[in-house]
Amino acid sequence: MGNFLKKLTRSQLVIPLFSLLLLVVFNLIRDVEFFSISIVTNNQGYPVLSGNLISILNGASAIAIMSIGMTLITSCCKGQDISVAAVAAIAGSVFVSVLRSHEITIPVIILAFFYSCFVSVLFSLFNGILVAVFKIQPMIATLILFSAGRSIAYWINGGATPTVSSPLLSAIGGFIPGIPIPTPIIIMVIFMILISLVLRFTTLGLYTQVVGINEGTAHLNGINPVWVKLTAFMISGISVATAGCITVCRIGLINHETLLLDAEMDVILSVAIGGTALSGGKFNLYGSVIGAYIIQALTVTLYAMKVPSAAVKAYKAVVIIIIVIFSSPVVKDFVITLYKKLFKKRVKTKIPIKAV
Amino acid sequence: MRIFRILTSLLNQTSGILRMVAMQNNIVLSMRNINKSFPGVRALQNVDFTLRKGEIHALMGENGAGKSTLIKILTGVYPKDSGQIFLDTGGSLKEISVKSPHEAQNLGISTVYQEITLCPNLTVAENMFIGRGNYRLVNWRSMKKKTSEILAKLNIPARATQQLGTCSIAVQQMVAIARAVDMECKVLILDEPTSSLDEQEVEKLFSLMRELKSRGVGIIFITHFLDQVYEISDRITVLRNGEPVGEYEVKDLPRVQLISKMMGKDLEDVSTLKKRKLPDERPDAPPVYEAVGLSSTNCPNAFDFKISKGEVNGFTGLLGSGRSESVRAIFAADKITGGRMKIRGKDVKIKKPKDAMMHGVGYLPEDRKRDGIVEDLSVRENIILALQVMKGFFRPFSRAEAEAFADEYIKLLGIKTASMDTPIKSLSGGNQQKAILARWLLTNPQYLILDEPTRGIDVGTKVEIQKLILKLAEEGVSITFISSEIEEMLRTCSRLIVMRDRRVVGELKGEEMTQDNIMHMIAGEAV
Repeated sequence: MGNFLKKLTRSQLVIPLFSLLLLVVFNLIRDVEFFSISIVTNNQGYPVLSGNLISILNGASAIAIMSIGMTLITSCCKGQDISVAAVAAIAGSVFVSVLRSHEITIPVIILAFFYSCFVSVLFSLFNGILVAVFKIQPMIATLILFSAGRSIAYWINGGATPTVSSPLLSAIGGFIPGIPIPTPIIIMVIFMILISLVLRFTTLGLYTQVVGINEGTAHLNGINPVWVKLTAFMISGISVATAGCITVCRIGLINHETLLLDAEMDVILSVAIGGTALSGGKFNLYGSVIGAYIIQALTVTLYAMKVPSAAVKAYKAVVIIIIVIFSSPVVKDFVITLYKKLFKKRVKTKIPIKAV
Repeated sequence: MRIFRILTSLLNQTSGILRMVAMQNNIVLSMRNINKSFPGVRALQNVDFTLRKGEIHALMGENGAGKSTLIKILTGVYPKDSGQIFLDTGGSLKEISVKSPHEAQNLGISTVYQEITLCPNLTVAENMFIGRGNYRLVNWRSMKKKTSEILAKLNIPARATQQLGTCSIAVQQMVAIARAVDMECKVLILDEPTSSLDEQEVEKLFSLMRELKSRGVGIIFITHFLDQVYEISDRITVLRNGEPVGEYEVKDLPRVQLISKMMGKDLEDVSTLKKRKLPDERPDAPPVYEAVGLSSTNCPNAFDFKISKGEVNGFTGLLGSGRSESVRAIFAADKITGGRMKIRGKDVKIKKPKDAMMHGVGYLPEDRKRDGIVEDLSVRENIILALQVMKGFFRPFSRAEAEAFADEYIKLLGIKTASMDTPIKSLSGGNQQKAILARWLLTNPQYLILDEPTRGIDVGTKVEIQKLILKLAEEGVSITFISSEIEEMLRTCSRLIVMRDRRVVGELKGEEMTQDNIMHMIAGEAV
């Protein structure tokens, strides 16, 4: 029992899983119907799944995808990229501008996606070079694109906020005809699988953590910290482009000012809730993804409780501060010592009984 | 005639008494029977230390001798376990208890550390007056004026309004000293002040120290540079393993004796040591590793080096003599600035650690915590790290392979760990060191550099590591071994490269390898 608790408290997944569980229990008590999933017919005439759970999973997919890249950056650079939302706006603008100059077909969409990935990776590399080569603090380095990114997005489409509409795009942003699960969820799952494969078939995970924990050791063991950091930024670039394109497909237009506005903070928060220390080191991708779902679940819960939308952020802040405090090392240590004390007492009471 | 004789003797006596009183009055700081333990270590045992007015007193000892602990007790960083500290306050010695560095400063004990602890982005004047306990409004003009006066008085080439960061390190150090002096310090502690200065700057610093000495400030001078000790100090106190060895007048203590006192072997004992036999020389086989004119950013003086198969050699010299920097250059851990390298007679390019690794060179760094372990990762990940890097980015070990390797080496070296998934930081120092050794052994190296593998670990593990070195050498692995404990090196090495002041000053082989010879060489005298 003690050993199990020790393992559990040491695992980075405890807090996110526990918070998620609390949210679920809270909602179950509040309203049993909250998690009911129903099949409705959408306006295209196909049966699709609907319900709070689906909207949580669906709504969080962009944040969840971006949080994967952010986790890698956090782990090896000991800092965060605050320009992800702005770069997503750039990627979305590139995506739209390619789509608008062609007739929208599946190859064109793929081409547009690759273009936006390419541009987004370039911008991320710019951040990465500032961080890895010039050793600028990540938050300062990415502040440049944080403030300039949306202006760059503005230039790409000549200042307009063009709409793109095509059944293909709404299939990506909404439902593929015949499949009742929203496509963003499927994309998120595919992305997660791809990243898991990358981590499985390369040593990226090990290198990233070694660089984040001890750069000196990394260097002396033949790891080039600069390349590891640049790789993290490139992967983040791809995840940011994916998130940007999904969002564009969902809303059917690119608005460089509002696309994924303030999302970078949600992404960083998902990483923090997910159990990766924002000061770098050991990371947990699954935790970050769960973190993104927690944030979304919280938002959906608050809306379901009819909290006025202007007040949602304040409520969110309260819950998040509680989660963050509970995952702080101070509280963790306190909980561990508390458990130890309780556990020891139990042992002590057992021994006399045996002796008798 | 007789009366005269009596009178003179009386006079002599009184003057002797007077001198004694004066001597006692001359003492500015006296530490008596200082004891300090840390968990598992007795850092200081019954240490006495006496500092007189207007004296430069060198505090000497190898790494871990207890110099820093003594200073930290004096400046209130650590509390002492027992003992007394007396400080001259208005002509008489009074016992003091220092609870914080700030209190020490107020009592007149100031420290200038190796690393500048002032604020480089403030002006010289601001640095002089910052944090001195007066929370009144700042009078910038008088502050500037006062600073200029002090700078002029002490002959420091800086302006009051200049940003401190724009001054050279020597001047920054001088400003730190001036600040201490202006705070009416009686005891000035200079902890390795010269380690980052060039010769001219050292000279400037010394003239400032002499100036302060003439003003009656007692200076405690800590350094690893012997020349400097003999140039400027009046007296030397030697510590070894936390115990006092003695206090000496500089003129009564020749260098060789100082070194032997620091290293803890009397010259007479040396002859009783057994010498290790040289391995069979194979002149036809090319050396496993050879470097000609090698230099790096941290090791600017080029040196030649070679090691043959199954040989154990070592770099020796006092701390700061450049031995670690030299082996780092061999492994290309620092940027290589010149020289050629050969592996088994073939020219190779080794520009970064990975190149060296791919040629079968392994390097266990001096600072285990900073450069060795990846503290949050498991023992398993720490063990496979180097081999994994050599295998390549796209070919990760499977969990089962990694576990097999880790398991094998945990058993082979007897690493005590709860499991192979335990974070390495929760292991003891000796076991952490074994895990790093395992990391390099796993790469099956032809040449292994071990920089201070025995530092800070328990005696049992020390012996195990030395045995392992000899066993590996028998199996044909070439090893470079560095240790602060000279006996360890004499026991294991067949050739010693002696370094002083970042230069190779000689090489000792076989019969010549005696503690006596090493000490003479380190001291810069003919063997």
